[in-house]
Amino acid sequence: MNDIIVKAKGIAKSFKETQALSSVSFEIGKSELMGFLGPDGAGKTTLFRILSTLLLPSEGVASLNGFDVVADYRKIRHILGYMPGRFSLYQDLTVAQNLKFYAQIFNVSIAENYYLIKEIYSQLEPFSNRLAGKLSGGMKQKLALSCALIHKPEILILDEPTTGVDAISRSEFWEMLKRLQKEGITILVSTPYMDEASLCDRVALVQQGRIMAMDVPAAIPGLFKGKLWAASAGDNYKLLHDLRLLPSVENAYLFGQKVHFTQSDLPENPAILSENLRAAGNTALLISEVEPGVEDCFISLMGQTEKV
Amino acid sequence: MSEAKKVIEVKDLVKRFGNFVANDHLNFDVYEGEIFGFLGANGAGKTTAIRILCGLSSPTSGLVSVAGYDVYKEADKIKKEIGYMSQKFSLYEDLSIRENIRFYGGIYGLSSAVIKESTRTLLEKLQLWEKRDTMIGSLPLGWRQKLAFSVAILHKPRIVFLDEPTGGVDPITRRQFWELIHEAARGGITVFVTTHYMDEAEYCDRATIMTEGRIVALDHPSALKKQYNADSMNDVFLKLARNKETA
Repeated sequence: MNDIIVKAKGIAKSFKETQALSSVSFEIGKSELMGFLGPDGAGKTTLFRILSTLLLPSEGVASLNGFDVVADYRKIRHILGYMPGRFSLYQDLTVAQNLKFYAQIFNVSIAENYYLIKEIYSQLEPFSNRLAGKLSGGMKQKLALSCALIHKPEILILDEPTTGVDAISRSEFWEMLKRLQKEGITILVSTPYMDEASLCDRVALVQQGRIMAMDVPAAIPGLFKGKLWAASAGDNYKLLHDLRLLPSVENAYLFGQKVHFTQSDLPENPAILSENLRAAGNTALLISEVEPGVEDCFISLMGQTEKV
Repeated sequence: MSEAKKVIEVKDLVKRFGNFVANDHLNFDVYEGEIFGFLGANGAGKTTAIRILCGLSSPTSGLVSVAGYDVYKEADKIKKEIGYMSQKFSLYEDLSIRENIRFYGGIYGLSSAVIKESTRTLLEKLQLWEKRDTMIGSLPLGWRQKLAFSVAILHKPRIVFLDEPTGGVDPITRRQFWELIHEAARGGITVFVTTHYMDEAEYCDRATIMTEGRIVALDHPSALKKQYNADSMNDVFLKLARNKETA
């Protein structure tokens, strides 16, 4: 890993009785593209708000480029670009006015850093006199990213930039992040889409206020304990229910056009499983061992507290 | 599927807003008990089409019938035959679980006795009976969405429209949600669903892909994958929607 630029140690945050984060620790290297994967309510936004100096941690310490998120918050704001999940630019200012406003706040000229946002902002230029509130979702996102970048931050924190966005715009957005990364910007990005894991240098799997795992995408399947099986039949829904009735089957769930399942410590030979499933009326049955994906790993790690 | 009954029939549906063509000659049928995936990029015209099918907006031209009723003349009858839920709006956050069920049951004209009975069955099935007086706002998103779906089919509609029902929901709950969908379809309810999770497209009996107001593909997911020589529905989607740029 390059020089460490983001550090978090024992970060916890509670809101009244709700424990949003519990003892979160990690380190992120300079110009790393770090993904935080997890569903709504996992604690991703709380973590990002703490790192962005917008929220005080209940416990723990965190720093960005050596600046403490509590004591040095003013310094952090100069080196950080933050794009919240909810669109929060000025809806009653135009596209151009918003960009100018952010540049002025940071005391930079648009011209000096324009190269950084050129590719993104050029798509908005035909609409530069349109009110930000009147832009489409994709356009708002591009404007928000431009404004978050105009002061040339060293670190960029993006809270669910691809949520609710279609698969194409999503892949374009990731290409954009890769380009920014090449400029030396460290990027922290959160997403509920597990399939985006492979686009990050490293990923953290976040659930119930904890980081369940943090590693390079290729290492994530190795976290899966035991063997994962995939089965399919003429009727996968029936197959799913019949699998759950088998004593050796521990966890079974739908996965695309297959049913994925794991077995207990006393696994049954797949030939015998097939025989039992055929006897229960399943046709065109196929069972094979498969490599677990990120989502399987997430489910497996979640399953330590909750069962499907 | 060919013997099954059509519950939605769409012929040459066009919807214009000024010069903008949001739906450009859509043609498709949906069969009873089918899980029908409605996929497309943001702005492809999905929401416009769903609003028309739900009787909330009239087409510019074309023939559209839902549950046997004509969308131009019998929109009110359609509304009684359908259920609807979306990611953005489902249940009232400042009403309790029980109050929400009573409210929706009342809107759809169910009797108090039926509402009372189905409240219990529904909540026991979802293991939420103990939480019946909890405010919706304090429930985790996944539970809320499962409950919203059950409430949307409380009046046993013929068709339920689900607009991105699983956005942001964790992977375990997302699968539990799809099991509810399958169960409803087995019970004869037709499910019309949009999603940005391409793995979910694989759970559908048939899926359509819309780009720029038109339907560019409609088939069983495995047939689409074969046709476009793709490993996943995500690849099919990217190939189709990017066709213009790469061609």
